[in-house]
Order: sequence, then structure tokens, then C-alpha cells
Amino acid sequence: MDVQRKLEILADAAKYDASCASSGTEKRDSSDGKGMGSTAPGMGICHSYAPDGRCISLLKVLLTNACNYDCLYCVNRASSNVPRARFTVEEVVKLTLDFYRRNYIEGLFLSSGIIRSPDYTMEQVVSVARKLREEHHFRGYIHLKTIPEADDALIAEAGKYADRLSINIEMPEETSLQQFAPEKDVRAIRRTMGRLRLKLDEAEDSRKAKTKARPQRFAPAGQSTQMIVGADSASDHTILHTSSNLYGSYKLRRVYYSAFSPIPDASRALPLVQPPLLREHRLYQADWLMRFYGFDVGEIVDDSAMLPLDIDPKLAWALRHRDRFPLDINRASREELLRVPGFGTRAVERIIATRRTTTIRLADLARLHVPRNKVLPFIVLSDHRPAPHRLDAAGLIERFRPKATQLGFGF
Amino acid sequence: MHYIILDHETDFDGWRKAARSLVLHHVQPTDVAWTVQGREAELFAPQAPSPILAVNDGTFNVSGKFVELAKAAILHRDPERFAILYRLLWRLKDHHDLIEVAIDPDVVLVTAMARAVHRDEHKMHAFVRFREIGREREAHYVAWFEPEHHIVELAAPFFAKRFADMPWSILTPDLCAHWDGHALSFTPGVSKSEAPGEDRLEETWRRYYASIFNPARLKVKAMQAEMPKKYWRNLPEASIIKPLIEDAERMTGAMIANAATDPHKPQKRPEAPMTRKTSANDLEALREEAAHCRACHLYKDATQTVFGEGPKHANIMLVGEQPGDKEDLAGHPFVGPAGQMLDRALEEAGVDRKKVYVTNAVKHFKFVPRGKIRLHQKPNTPEIKACRQWFEREVSAIQPDLIVAMGATAAQSVFGRITPIGKTRGRLIDLPDGRKALVTVHPSYLLRLPDPEDKALEYQLFVEDLKIAGSLQKKAVRAA
Repeated sequence: MDVQRKLEILADAAKYDASCASSGTEKRDSSDGKGMGSTAPGMGICHSYAPDGRCISLLKVLLTNACNYDCLYCVNRASSNVPRARFTVEEVVKLTLDFYRRNYIEGLFLSSGIIRSPDYTMEQVVSVARKLREEHHFRGYIHLKTIPEADDALIAEAGKYADRLSINIEMPEETSLQQFAPEKDVRAIRRTMGRLRLKLDEAEDSRKAKTKARPQRFAPAGQSTQMIVGADSASDHTILHTSSNLYGSYKLRRVYYSAFSPIPDASRALPLVQPPLLREHRLYQADWLMRFYGFDVGEIVDDSAMLPLDIDPKLAWALRHRDRFPLDINRASREELLRVPGFGTRAVERIIATRRTTTIRLADLARLHVPRNKVLPFIVLSDHRPAPHRLDAAGLIERFRPKATQLGFGF
Repeated sequence: MHYIILDHETDFDGWRKAARSLVLHHVQPTDVAWTVQGREAELFAPQAPSPILAVNDGTFNVSGKFVELAKAAILHRDPERFAILYRLLWRLKDHHDLIEVAIDPDVVLVTAMARAVHRDEHKMHAFVRFREIGREREAHYVAWFEPEHHIVELAAPFFAKRFADMPWSILTPDLCAHWDGHALSFTPGVSKSEAPGEDRLEETWRRYYASIFNPARLKVKAMQAEMPKKYWRNLPEASIIKPLIEDAERMTGAMIANAATDPHKPQKRPEAPMTRKTSANDLEALREEAAHCRACHLYKDATQTVFGEGPKHANIMLVGEQPGDKEDLAGHPFVGPAGQMLDRALEEAGVDRKKVYVTNAVKHFKFVPRGKIRLHQKPNTPEIKACRQWFEREVSAIQPDLIVAMGATAAQSVFGRITPIGKTRGRLIDLPDGRKALVTVHPSYLLRLPDPEDKALEYQLFVEDLKIAGSLQKKAVRAA
């Protein structure tokens, strides 16, 4: 089988992992003349976008899609009849360098089916990164999938070469993981995430310590995970509760939500429908509310409930808490401003900077880049105060519901 | 009227020099016309520029934020940019905070120009596609790019640092950037026909692009928002976007319609690699059993059961409340800050830590997540009761002479009922099974005391309590 065909199979096998980030790592470049590559600290670079709207930043492939495990939701499960392939270590290294040199990618995201044992699989994955870093002095971004229960020395080595490590939690609940992925063990996944966090903390402490010793390197872009949405019956509350727990426990940089999508040769045991993309979108919005807007899970969605699909979760919260509005944006605290529907974190910073020297008026809203129609019922300005009956009106929500339109794809 | 002719489109230094001098001479923005050498002469423009007004005295300060914005905005293709920047500078002179006023029309304009320039720079970093000329050591990499603004010089250092080991050129209609492995250089713009038309790897790249695309999640608008069509003509992968979209619905329909095929070979189920073998050793068997404990709900949010650790036949058993954040991650008791305090106190009290069995009354971490941290929560009575079986079984496996209960939760577990610390601490108490118990505070209580004097005093009391255990340990050693 030629490399091109392998690439097709092993990229197809990897695409259900939503993670694409190349951001948040240390600053590196190759201006010392040794090797090639650099990182874009802060924002990361998306070199292309596929028609599914997802960014293509890294060469995202599996080392092999052969797998001992039979996870129902997975395209690579042992009982699937998809074609199988396996890259050699050299093939992945060469593809990565060739693509990188042409500026197609920021680096490599390497994962693998579980073959032989967790340690054997992890060793194969690590050897690609080792070769890239040690032999080719590759300075680009590397994201490695970590195999739960892999030996500590292998994990330490993975962290030495990789920018980011990830282990997918897959399902929001232990019971669904048992049902859909009988060989996977959520306890093992969590234990390994815990080990990663301890190593991340250690590396951070050694960076901060004012000693001359070179700080130990361990995955400067941290760890992330992914949850599949819509394969099991878990509620949005359960999903967000799990996310909040994972963020707090393991200091994850990101939890990715992946709407369960039809796959080739899918298992009969799963709902083969269009992926719940809108639900996935709402979960990301709720995730942002938890991480950047000071919301707790319980405020965003009630126990075992779902997020509304027709309006975003912050607006839904505001409509449930109308007593907190309207808010005078020339006086309100940052925390309060962050809870106004339509205000993003940047708009809030602009408002706070601006009001130090001047009063914000109706005409200024457009210059602050906030959606006027959305925010008006909730805010007071020096020349605007919403009529009290409007905020209390049962029909207020209609103002925000999307207008019914024919489904279709604009192109 | 003052006519300023800048040397070139990105002549920030020239603009700065002229602007500084104009401000110091109180020249109103409406009295200045800006242009660039070589640009088509404007109506009524003089043949020669106004001499730059010589300024030897006086200076003024503007915020660094303005300089930063101006350096970017000056690269914008809008011919009015020099005048807009001068107008803003003029106003800033008397109103220093103006740059922070996000709603000021000039600030809005300049900020938007700077943002457009940075976005263009970012897109250039992303969408430049090198094509290889020659092979191996002789190879030279050449790209064709059409920037929206005057960003070639701004964007070039990024490529120099990233592709330091290969010679490359980025050709654009405005300006071409070259890297020879040592230094950057710039030459005038060229036409697209000068650039190579293909690369041997582009077909592989297109195959990758097609394979990483999931036809079941078509979101064309989301793609175009980040990769507008104007960039497509220079992206090798863009030629297959249309066919991919057109075929997406059919492919998705087929995946949904086609029921799974039966596995063509019997699936061997290798021994699940993640299960661990249980040991015959009593304590080890207990530990393994406890790892799967679901007697209360605490297991759900915690990482793992944190079981006791220490010698199998320790004569002293220390019991704490529950594992904390660190212990939960590491799977070992007393490895966090409270553990370090305990280690120190034990040493001072003359207790050999290695000969002591250390465990907790509750073996899962109870907490509430608060952003990126986990706030410790005190276990309640049902949780303590649910977990007590493990404590009892640890006692019968180890058979200690003395059990030290640290804190109220541990005391409740050891005595089987709520036991106040103040009244019972610091003396040996007989347990019904003939063992001795000793009650003291939990080391994390000491960590929480805000007053350093209280802390020192309470620590001494803690050490005094532990000395009772220390003398017992020494007696046991002498007896043995």
C-alpha cells in the first residue's frame, strides 16, 4: 500500500477527534539554524478549513487504525470492516516534515488504535515524536494522544517532546462508557489524567523556581479531552457537570465536544442520524460561560435538563433572571457585565476602559461591536432605558428566536 | 497647506518624523495633505514637498498603545491612513486617555485598520503555500501570495524564524521577500507568472484534505468565514472544495443507509490490558476491592480510591479525614501540604514515619469544583459510615496497637460515633477490642489557622500529642 493510500485511511480514521488547537504553547523557533519549525504562542494558526467548518492546523492521523478495542461509536473498532493500514514511524515523520516545509500545517497530532498493549502503543507514538525532535530538530507543534495506563516513563517522555497531551474521556457517564466501550475504563482514564496533571504542576513549579537548573519540560500546552455528544442518552447537564469536574480536577485546557456523526460501517447499536451540530454548538457556548464568564453548571442548566436549542445559554439564563436587569452599563461591575446577553469578554473590557473617561450612549453600541437588538432590553444607558413592561413581557423570547427558514447550505 | 510626501507605502519613520514636527508647529490636520512617492500626483499638488519643519526644541508624549496601533494601521491599503493617524495624534496631544475610549470615531477607525492588518498578516502566515523547486539539498521553496495590505515586511520574519534551514521566497504583487538561510531581503513585486505552478506533494495534501473532511457535518459558511474565497485561488486544496460539498449529502446518506456489515472474522477478545491482577495478600486484596468501591456517591467525581499505605504489621495506624486534591491525583495518602506538615510533626515527635500505617476515614476526595480548583468539602455522616468498613478491615488486617485519629471525621470513624476533639485529645483511650486510641487535630487544621502565633502554638500541641505515639513506638521496638 502506498503512503498516499495509507494517509487517506489513517486521516479518515482520525477525523472524529475534534481537537485541532495549536495554541498556548511555549515560544520556539529555528533561528539557531538547527532544524525547522516554530510555534505561534497565544493564538495558533489554522492553515486551512474543510467544508465542515473545522480548522486544519495539524496533520491529524493515526499511526494505525488496527485496534484491539471494540468501542461501538468508533470507526476503528475491532469489529468494523473499514480498511486497515499502519504507518511506519519514518513515514509519519517524513509526511510531517514535507507538509510542514510547504506551510500546510503547524505540526502533528498523532493518535493510534490500541495494538498489543498500552505500553507498546504508547512507545510507538512516542517514537515518532522522539525522531521528529531529536533527529530532525523539529520545532513545530506536536499533540500526542496518551494511552491510559501507559508506563510513567513513557508518559514523561511523551511530555518531553509534545506540546499537548490528551486522553479522551469519550462518554459523559461511566455507565455509557461501559456500555459502548467495554474495554475502556473511566477509572484508568481519570488516573492517567491525574498523573498528567501532577507532572504539569511539577513542570510549572520548576519553571517558576528561581534556580539555574534547566526547568523540566512537560507538555507546555497542557492536556485536553473529548466527549462524544449524542451517542448515549446523557443530558446536557450531565455533560457539563462532567466537564466542570474535569476542568477543576485535571486543569484541562479544553474539553472538546464532538457531535456523534454517522461513520462508515457503523454499528447497528447506535443512532445513525444527522449529527446534533446545534446541540454541540450550545455546549461549547455553555463551556465558555463556565470558563470565561463566571457561571456554574447549576446556573446554566438544571439537573438532568437540556440546554435550549433555539436561544443561547446566556440569553436563556438572563430570561430566567429578569429581576437582575436592566443593568446600567456605565456603573455595573465586570461580573455583572459579563452576564449581559450579547456582551463578550472583549466588549466588556472595551466598556470598562471607555466609561472611565466618558459616558456610553445608545449611538456608541455599534462601535463597541455589540448586537444592539439583543442587548437593548437588558441595559440602561444615559439615553436609553427599556420600558419595564418589555423586560417582563412573556413574548420577549420571541424577539430572539431565529426566524423560521428553509434549511439549506449557503454557498 | 502642507504637503508631505513619504518615501514609500510603509514609511512609518517618515510619517512619525513629519507628524511630530507638524504637531509641534501647531499645524491643524485639515491643513496637511499626505501622499507617497510615486503615487499618481494629486490635483493641485506641488512639484516639491514642503520642507520638513526643522524642530530642535520641544517634544511631547503619546501613549505606547497609539504607537503600536499606528505602526500596524500605517500598513493598511487605505490612502487616507496617514491623515487619519495624524488627526488622531493631534487630538491625543491634549487628551491622553483618548486612545482608551473605544467609542471615539477616530479610535474606532484606527483600531479597525490595525486589526485588518493583523488579520491579513495572520492569514498570510496561514495561507502561504510553498512549492519546491529542485530536490533535496538544491531545493528552493517559492510561494505566491496576494496580501490585502502592505504586510510583506511585517509577515516575513515569521517565515525566517520558522523555515530557517531552507531557502525560500514569497512573491507578491507589491514586494517579494527572500530568505537565503542567513538574512532576509526584499525585491520589488512581480506577477503571478513568475511563481511555480505546482508541487509534487500537492496531490497528497489534497487527499489528506478530502479525508479529514467529515461530510456529515457540512458547514460551508463556517469555512468561508475563516477562509474567504479571495484566498482560494492560491490554495492548492481549494480546487476540491466544490466537489467535496456536492458529494457530501450523498456520502452521508450512504453511511446512514448502509447497515453495518458483519465482522468478517471472529473477534478475539484479548485479556483486557487495563485490569489488574489481584494478589493473595490480604491487604493487597483489600486495596483492590476498595478501588471499585461504590458504597457512597463520592467515587463518581473523584479520580480514585486512596487506600491506606504502610507496613503490613505496623503497630501504629494514623487516620486522617479524607484524601485532598494532591492525594486524589497521586493515589497516595498524605502527599499534599497536610502530608508535609504531618511528616515534619512526626519527625519532631520521634515517630518513625516508615513504620506507621497511614490512612483516611473516607477514601474518596469530596469537593466542589470552583473554576480551575477543587474546594475541599467535609464528608458527612452517611459517607463516613459507608466508608467505615474499609477502616475496620484495614484494622483487622494490620492489627495495630494504637490508632491515632486526626480530626473529627477520623475520630467519628474510630469510635463509631461523633467525638469532640477538645475533650478527648492528648491521652490514650481504651477501645472495646483492647487497642488504644489517641485523638488529635488534623494537620490541615493547622494549615488553615490565619494567625502565625496560633499556628505555632497549635503545632506544638499537635507534636506533643504525637509524642505519645512516639514513646509507644519506642517501647514496642524495645519489646521486640
